[in-house]
Amino acid sequence: MQCQVCNENDATIHLTEITDGKRYEMHVCERCAAEQGIAVKSQIPINELLSNLLAVQPTDDELASPSQQQVSCPHCEMTMEQFRKEGVLGCPYDYEVFEKSLLPLIERAHDGKTTHCGKLPSRVPKDTKKQTELFSLRQQLEAAVQSEDYELAAKLRDKINKIES
Amino acid sequence: MILDSRYSTSIEVYPPQAESGIERREMKLADISNDINEWFGGTGPMSDIVISSRVRLARNLAGHKFLIRCSNNEKAEILKKLRDVLMSLDLGDKVFYISVDKAPALNKHLLIERHLISHHHAFGKGPRGAVIAHREFFTAMINEEDHLRIQVLKAACQLSQCLEQINKIDDMIEQKIDYAFSPRYGYLTACPTNLGTAVRVSVMLHLPALKMTGQIEKFFNATRDMCLAVRGLFGEGTEAASDFYQLSNQVTLGVSEESIVSQFENIIIPEIVEYEKAARNQLLSKQSDLLDDKISRAMALLQNAHLISSQEALFLLSHLRLGINMRQYMGASTPAIDRLSKISEADGKKNLSIATINRLFMLTLPAHLQLNYGKELDSTHRDALRAQIIRSALNA
Repeated sequence: MQCQVCNENDATIHLTEITDGKRYEMHVCERCAAEQGIAVKSQIPINELLSNLLAVQPTDDELASPSQQQVSCPHCEMTMEQFRKEGVLGCPYDYEVFEKSLLPLIERAHDGKTTHCGKLPSRVPKDTKKQTELFSLRQQLEAAVQSEDYELAAKLRDKINKIES
Repeated sequence: MILDSRYSTSIEVYPPQAESGIERREMKLADISNDINEWFGGTGPMSDIVISSRVRLARNLAGHKFLIRCSNNEKAEILKKLRDVLMSLDLGDKVFYISVDKAPALNKHLLIERHLISHHHAFGKGPRGAVIAHREFFTAMINEEDHLRIQVLKAACQLSQCLEQINKIDDMIEQKIDYAFSPRYGYLTACPTNLGTAVRVSVMLHLPALKMTGQIEKFFNATRDMCLAVRGLFGEGTEAASDFYQLSNQVTLGVSEESIVSQFENIIIPEIVEYEKAARNQLLSKQSDLLDDKISRAMALLQNAHLISSQEALFLLSHLRLGINMRQYMGASTPAIDRLSKISEADGKKNLSIATINRLFMLTLPAHLQLNYGKELDSTHRDALRAQIIRSALNA
């Protein structure tokens, strides 16, 4: 398709405008678009745009069973709905709990890749059971401090230190 | 003229543990605010176009939730743990610690202007801090979006060196702390877009000729095709200020740190540097009137203005930087460039150097101006002081 303005270059920008229910179409080349003051904002790379869009849209699976959006992480109580609002996850285990919903997003944000390739920690992190135990102990500790049960708080603190050391 | 009154607010400073234990010394942020840092003022490979290189890693502690689900108590626990580890490292330089949540707004702006912390970190919520090497090549932001973000910043094109150094520091931290890591997804980050290596590789580019010749779209198209993010001088959320562009990778999963860096060093940077060089040659051979007009106007305004905003100063200084670099690196000689090269420095001894221009870029930024002046100033007073500093530096 040729540019409607210069009739020389290929039209690469296609505008559709709907005003008062009437539809107007315009096909122009990049140069004429710039001359006409139609800004071609290419600063936002396409995968950033996609991942932003994806972050606010539920996946097909979730739409099929809306209850899935309400599933919350047993460790941090995060839900997919909250993640879409906040843009950040609540704890490392959300990657397992919401894997199905997160995977399409991860894939798009990382150019189709879904498996780590790169640096590995020289020390193997403590196993899942120990890490989730730490989550729960810290939660109990918080509650103990709030209710001023310092004896219990001290015991919990010792337990945490023992697992971590 | 740089006034030497010092801003009175001090920050906590902990030089690394001396053998006699932790020695505390009071230090004022003005100690760093009246000079330029190495990454901006330095020279090195392609420094006429590549201003600086940065590699940043995001890390979270195992056994802790991500920050959004942490109470202030837990954030304080994370902060203390990481601060103690970081302050005990041997980085080959003195380090100082800043309680970012308690710092005055002006100090935070200073750290943002020097690219030591992010806007998000400066104005976020809850206990948070920054560990900064005295020479500013290294910063750790504690409790930004992730528990820990560490960066190494160097002048010119030195990404491999940045990666090597940040990896060493990361290894030292890892000896003392467990990171949240999954064999499948790599280093786990609060936002899935940073997952995997959690590495952000960036370069700051100065592309005035592409902008002048109306070819900056070429640069944007190239970056779009290579899945790169373009930001302004001050990172996320800032518009491309004047002719400086910060370019960084977006894909962090499924590619190694080394291949991201090598893609930048072998493909991306050379391609963009070539574009900018071609545009500079085009200005010399075909559009020297345009080039001379821009340089002469910049010179006339900077030497004569009595009020100048930081945005305008960035734009105009950028044209002087172009002129001086074209003479130095391409042997360019046009009437405007020749006039520019005859201007002497404030001390009247030598000719205007790129180092002076770089200094002016940094020292006329709003927080730098105010900290060096010794008090907060409204925008009119800032514009007047900025114009005065520039006029005297350009020996008008």
